[in-house]
Amino acid sequence: MKLTGAQIVWESMLREQVEVVFGMPGGANLPIYDALSQYPQFHHVLVRHEQGAAHMADGYARVSGKVGVCLVTSGPAATNLVTGLATAMMDSVPMVAITGQVPTSLLGNDAFQETDVTGVTQPVTKHNYLVTDVRELAQVMKEAFHIARTGRPGPVLIDICKDVQNDSTDFVYPEEVKLAGFRPWRGIDEGALEQAATLIEQAQRPLIIAGHGVQMAHATQELRQFAEKAEIPVTMTLLGLGDIPETHPLSLGMCGMHGEAHANLAIQECDLLIAVGMRFDDRVTGKLDEFAPNARIIHLEMDEAEVGKNVQPDVALIADAKESLQALLARVQAKRHQQWLKQISDWRNESEARDILRAEVDELIPPYVMRQLWHTTGGDAIIVTDVGQHQMWEAQYYLHQHPRQLLTSGGLGTMGYALPAAVGAQMAAPDTPVWVVAGDGGFQMTLQEMATVMQENLPIKIVIINNGFLGMVRQWQQLFYGKRYTGTPMFSPDFVQLAAAYGMAGRTVKQKQEVNDALQQAAEHPGPFLLEFQVKEEVNVYPMVAPGAAVGELLRRPTIVQGPSGVNPAW
Amino acid sequence: MNATVNANQHTQHTVVAWLEDKPGVLNRVVGLFRRRNFNIESLTVGHSETPGISRLTFVVNGDDHMVDQAIKQLYKLVNVTKVENITDKPAIKREMALVRVGVDGSTRSDVMQIVDIYRARIVDVSMDSVVVQAVGRQEQIDSLLDLLSNYRILEMVRTGVVAMTRGQAGRNGNGKIKRRAAL
Ligand SMILES: Cc1ncc(C[n+]2csc(CCOP(=O)(O)OP(=O)(O)O)c2C)c(N)n1
Repeated sequence: MKLTGAQIVWESMLREQVEVVFGMPGGANLPIYDALSQYPQFHHVLVRHEQGAAHMADGYARVSGKVGVCLVTSGPAATNLVTGLATAMMDSVPMVAITGQVPTSLLGNDAFQETDVTGVTQPVTKHNYLVTDVRELAQVMKEAFHIARTGRPGPVLIDICKDVQNDSTDFVYPEEVKLAGFRPWRGIDEGALEQAATLIEQAQRPLIIAGHGVQMAHATQELRQFAEKAEIPVTMTLLGLGDIPETHPLSLGMCGMHGEAHANLAIQECDLLIAVGMRFDDRVTGKLDEFAPNARIIHLEMDEAEVGKNVQPDVALIADAKESLQALLARVQAKRHQQWLKQISDWRNESEARDILRAEVDELIPPYVMRQLWHTTGGDAIIVTDVGQHQMWEAQYYLHQHPRQLLTSGGLGTMGYALPAAVGAQMAAPDTPVWVVAGDGGFQMTLQEMATVMQENLPIKIVIINNGFLGMVRQWQQLFYGKRYTGTPMFSPDFVQLAAAYGMAGRTVKQKQEVNDALQQAAEHPGPFLLEFQVKEEVNVYPMVAPGAAVGELLRRPTIVQGPSGVNPAW
Repeated sequence: MNATVNANQHTQHTVVAWLEDKPGVLNRVVGLFRRRNFNIESLTVGHSETPGISRLTFVVNGDDHMVDQAIKQLYKLVNVTKVENITDKPAIKREMALVRVGVDGSTRSDVMQIVDIYRARIVDVSMDSVVVQAVGRQEQIDSLLDLLSNYRILEMVRTGVVAMTRGQAGRNGNGKIKRRAAL
């Protein structure tokens, strides 16, 4: 069967079970778009900016577990993808990005809309290809999907010259991939497993720190069984939230820079740290030299390059989290650690006493909005957060129950991620409520995708926490730069009117008393809905580990002080 | 060497990597070194015994942790088929240098004598200069260059180290391991 390169792209994607493609056409990918008319099986989502296409593919992949696909043209379109690729690379999201490229005869010529896309994207992709011969195309497509989803997932880019899209060849989709240099992971070493089991057996104060890898390996059941059997408390990284339900008695919630005090203290006091599917990011470890000073460390990680990169473990199991947790589960004895759990719960009681929600604050503060959002959605919604203070408050006050429930840019911290990623999430889970939680700053980076939401008729709910500042940066300026607010106070449009211009319903909320009603209204509204919460401006996220400090040295939540007019927190 | 001395003492490591011979692959390797901040002392690449596979030898400065990371990160490149740290293995490590030395009637024979002692060769002679070709271990080349620097070095190029591990050691009649004579 002779097919054009453009047809081969779609035929290959059919075989890879792709259903949705996020993209925008242009000169160098027009043949591929033209061929799409022959493939009604695909749903194409037109984006308003290519960064959006990458984040949508990312959101789609994080929710569905499948490879997300985006398709854009050469030059400026391809460079617009870079932030989205870097975001996916840092958070190990399986994605295939297809870019059109100038014809092979013009390559290297500074032709119109030519950019060295494989060069530009090399550091932010797991692998990339430049296709200059149509006979290679099917093989490349097959390899790209395989690499994107196998082992530690990541984005793969395929840059296809325009003449290749027009050329024809016999189409045979390869049955298998043979990549001499691609080894997903090494596998569990029996000796290491034995050693790990012994360390667990001996530990008095064990702690699990669980990351994104648990969800990607579909290992949340195994994690929970393991934690329950050996009675080991579990703290999670930002991307690990949902590894174990946060309402589970063994859950300590999030650790790290804005983790709860009891979680961070548990890290500092534990005698055994079992790290599962996480990579000891600096936002988690704080000052490395003083991280978990009393602990032996077991690292369950599939990417060998992460083992010993930041923290040298005593034992490493190099495998998929499911495989290693199953292996451990079979080895460990049922145990109890009552004293250790009691210690942690004492710390927890103390942190909870300082919780801002304990204080009867009349003002509209973001933590309250997040907790009410949790109530309104029954804890079951998919939440897509942007980057900043609201992201941390969401992580703290929404109690995540399920894997793939929280989507956020953890590694790169990409402002503008939330709205487009939510589009991808809703495409992947049409029947699940999807809520965006964004700041006034980050929302303005990709708000044009509201048009995509409308065009696709997606019932996405948007919560904007408007504090009039680039809040997280303002917080750092307040704490570490003498309260000099340079470049952080921010004008914003009337978001509700803006939504109306796109044809989207909305409501502005200024009072604490309105919060529940407004959330309820949005939840019940059949279509998309935008809620702008005009919150108290200078509120800080606590606890906080100052940059460079050890995770145990927290700036704690200020204690709630008793004033003449009732209880007031000193925020 | 005392067995308890840990290998952390190393500051220079020699690593061999095999790469698919495709466009852009060397760029991926070099890009990785730059991005991960690895301090590369030298890097050579050429054909290997297998068609389609190039062989890269690089010398990296840093502690064991750094070289361990460099190797693991290299392994993650899809076009890298194998990586081997040969720092602690018996290996032949060789480098070539070409040196143009300015000479006159009074210095020519001195230079030729040095070249002789180092078992290097003079591969080009003109009125006022000679070109010396030297092949040897890095330290030998260093020391030759050191001596030649007493004359006028007009031009110099070194290839960087290429390396290959030695074959299995044979055994003597008395069971002792006999290493083949080091060249
Ligand atoms: C693309 C991008 N640019 C800049 C930053 C740096 N940055 C981190 S948080 C932040 C402030 C975010 O402000 P806003 O979106 O209003 O959220 P808030 O912190 O107020 O909740 C900035 C500018 C970033 N993370 N990403």
